[in-house]
Amino acid sequence: MNDWSQALSAFSSAPPKEGGTYSGNRGLQIEEPLLFEQDAPGRCGVDLPEPPPVASRLGAAKRTRPIGLPGLSEPQVVRHFTRLSQKNYAIDSGLYPLGSCTMKHNPRLNEKMARLPGFADLHPLQPQSTVQGALELIDRLAHWLKTLTGMPAVAMSPAAGAHGELCGLMTIRAALDDRGETRRRVLVPESAHGTNPATAAACGFTVEAIPANARGRVDRAALEAKLGPDVAALMLTNPNTCGLFEDEIIEIARAVHAAGAYFYCDGANFNAIVGRVRPADLGIDCMHINLHKTFSTPHGGGGPGSGPVVLAESLAPYAPLPWIVHGKKGFALIERKKGAAKKAFGRLKGNHGQMGMFVRALSYMMSHGSDGLRQVSGDAVLNANYILAALGAAMTPAFPGPCMHEALFDDGFLKDTGVATLDFAKALIDEGYHPMTMYFPLVVHGALLIEPTETESKDSLDRFIAVCRALAERAKRGDAAAWFHGAPYLTPRRRLDETGAARKPVLRWRKEEAEQAAAE
Amino acid sequence: MRYLPLTEADRRQMLAAIGAPSVESLFRDVPPSARLDAPVDLPTAMGEIEVERSLSALAAKNVSAGSVPFFIGAGVYRHHVPAAVDHLIQRGEFLTSYTPYQPEVSQGTLQMLFEFQTQVALITGMEVANASLYDGASACAEAVMMANRLTRRSKAVLSGGLHPHYREATATYARFLPFRLDAPPPAPEGAEDLMARVDADTSCVVVQNPDVFGHVRDYSELGRACQAKGALLVVVVTEAVSLGAVKSPGEMGADIVAAEGQSLGNALNFGGPHVGLFATREKYVRQMPGRLAGQTVDAEGRRGWVLTLSTREQHIRREKATSNICTNSGLCALAFTIHLALLGEAGFTRLAALNHAKAVQLAERLGRVPGVRILNASFFNEMTLRLPKPAAAIVDKLAKKRILAGVPVSRFYPDDPALADLLIVAATETNTDDDIEAFASTLEGVLR
Repeated sequence: MNDWSQALSAFSSAPPKEGGTYSGNRGLQIEEPLLFEQDAPGRCGVDLPEPPPVASRLGAAKRTRPIGLPGLSEPQVVRHFTRLSQKNYAIDSGLYPLGSCTMKHNPRLNEKMARLPGFADLHPLQPQSTVQGALELIDRLAHWLKTLTGMPAVAMSPAAGAHGELCGLMTIRAALDDRGETRRRVLVPESAHGTNPATAAACGFTVEAIPANARGRVDRAALEAKLGPDVAALMLTNPNTCGLFEDEIIEIARAVHAAGAYFYCDGANFNAIVGRVRPADLGIDCMHINLHKTFSTPHGGGGPGSGPVVLAESLAPYAPLPWIVHGKKGFALIERKKGAAKKAFGRLKGNHGQMGMFVRALSYMMSHGSDGLRQVSGDAVLNANYILAALGAAMTPAFPGPCMHEALFDDGFLKDTGVATLDFAKALIDEGYHPMTMYFPLVVHGALLIEPTETESKDSLDRFIAVCRALAERAKRGDAAAWFHGAPYLTPRRRLDETGAARKPVLRWRKEEAEQAAAE
Repeated sequence: MRYLPLTEADRRQMLAAIGAPSVESLFRDVPPSARLDAPVDLPTAMGEIEVERSLSALAAKNVSAGSVPFFIGAGVYRHHVPAAVDHLIQRGEFLTSYTPYQPEVSQGTLQMLFEFQTQVALITGMEVANASLYDGASACAEAVMMANRLTRRSKAVLSGGLHPHYREATATYARFLPFRLDAPPPAPEGAEDLMARVDADTSCVVVQNPDVFGHVRDYSELGRACQAKGALLVVVVTEAVSLGAVKSPGEMGADIVAAEGQSLGNALNFGGPHVGLFATREKYVRQMPGRLAGQTVDAEGRRGWVLTLSTREQHIRREKATSNICTNSGLCALAFTIHLALLGEAGFTRLAALNHAKAVQLAERLGRVPGVRILNASFFNEMTLRLPKPAAAIVDKLAKKRILAGVPVSRFYPDDPALADLLIVAATETNTDDDIEAFASTLEGVLR
């Protein structure tokens, strides 16, 4: 067989079906094999100089076996990753209404600033005299975060939101230990993100769920009944995951404090209130801020994030290392439990925090200014309420408005249609949208959580609303269930077999398996 | 404001559609006492020109690594990143997408993660790897907790050669969870007898290769000894490029590898974001922390990828999850994958050989500086010097002469006078012969 005919057989073993192609490609949607399937031994996409001849100092640890990495040239690598990128939906492509994730526009100025060599090309262990500007930047960002939250201190090192939760609960544990108290229960509403109970458990706490009331808020009576001398903290998301402001939060904070416990706030939804409400004024002791949500550092397909934690006076002494302080010769890092930091609970990660994210977040904040940030929360809440109002008749709002930055619907409008929340969401994909968050929060049946963010125009919202209404109508007509079950139809891949993937996990490419498959 | 598309006319129309008198009225559930009626006391909005001017001024106050002869490592390494890497990671479809929960519109990220997992498994010599953790230090803590779960034991032995940040991060977790650490003091010159510390309650022994002082060892014998006692061997790697020249942890019998992947594709970034690598044996995969991409087929039988085994994770298992991690280091993992794809077998092994050769040249030249002794019998691209004077002051003097010379061990262990004269120095492919000569001759002058 010729090489070219082999290549064709690798694409497709049968003549194309109607609408199909010989290659499996469909116009701009191009099939792309794995890197490992494009290997030519010895080929390389980087020209490095010949190493000078030296006597090896590796001793007995010298590698003797091949590694098995594939060889590709630069054009192949660039094309490979360009093609992969084209199989992704992104904010840059369109509305990404993933509730609780705050997928807003990521300004490119922030990328440019983070790449300045004076930030990106700095080593964390350089002498402090050579990194004064970097320490000043972190200190300036800390000042913005403290001012926006009204809190006196902030721990900058946590690497993401869940890491910030860990930081917050460890700070609380350290404070309780210092008080000589062994409180071990943490109360978490049923509507909370999964990271909340997982974090509490990771700090050695037991977790107890608090139910929601009929208004989508924490059931205050149930909460107060559970408070007691063994409760360490309440973890509450506010605005909560139903997209609602916890309107009894001040009373809740008072009750938590009266019981001797701390009040942790999950700040994932800070975008709804930034510039308009300071968490300190709500009685919060501790809150993480997802810089990759509210302050627009790009989510990058799953990170990196950054999760600074603002702290009340009572918790500040226990904040993790390192600390940045104003010293005699400018800014200084405290890296040891000594002096003012003698009660610090320890270190959470290597080095000083997510500097690359700090630069981006500060660039974003300075661009908006205090006035612009207030406009951010105003427009985010306005956009969400516009969606809630416009879809109120076609879909079923879980709770009456006004909502905050996200609009929550249940699957009542799909009742008896044979169409589930999942099917509705998958049909949206064919219409050119990333689905909303589905089946979360757990307190609402078949939840559809829509967070448009402030960076969507009215035109963009109107088109999305029109599509959602049309799809809801189609589902309600009762004759399209099978069509919904098959969606999406127009994506690089149709629905994927997740059950099969978990039953027989294939987590990497293996040469032997590929060769065996080729032989068959 | 350039990032906000709504016009005043839009806002009026939308409020009318909602039936609300004002944006403020939408915040009626906020207790009045907590509502701010004016912007907080911070600067007001700026254009791109002003922001760029202000932040550039801050950046200019720093001495960037590329502007001087530079020999700092100790867990974070300055390597050349090919131009294609940064171009590709800035494609909006990668940069501005979320965690790939909807696989039909995330095949690009998912295939990339599958490739990343395969690359990490290959270079570490392990069976499986996850889709990344925050960084090497937190990966190390996760490795210890995973070993505790797997063995149902509660003591971990940490080598004195383990990076101090990794020791401290792991100790932080141990402070709040029911497990103990046995962490002998740093031994910059000699080998340790870690097996003497292993008892029936020991879940794992954690070693670093090359260790923080630069020594590179074959831990195969330690792996066998651990196995005999029912403890797991955890191997930490802070310099991923070393895996192109050094026998892999898998070959040495490692059960878990926790590594820092920054060296490939990622800038120094003043310490973050970086990318934690995590690999293990296939039989342990259900106790692994973090996300996993797996291969499957779609409704038409075509190969595709999904996030899988998520019943380990917090969004399903809540307080019973293997870890609380959610967002990890996706884009840094992408940079790693692109860089390693460009290098391939030939480039990765050559890059490692080049690093080693530069370090040998550095060792030879510094070894001729009067009063300087190199502690290492073996090393990859990093070594520890004993100076005739406290190293911290020498480093400061060299910095004034625009040489960034390395990390004084006293930065990690300020209270141990026996370590005060030690300096950890690294060389990479970015160092020139002139850099090495400048470092050595300036050091001679400073020591004189």
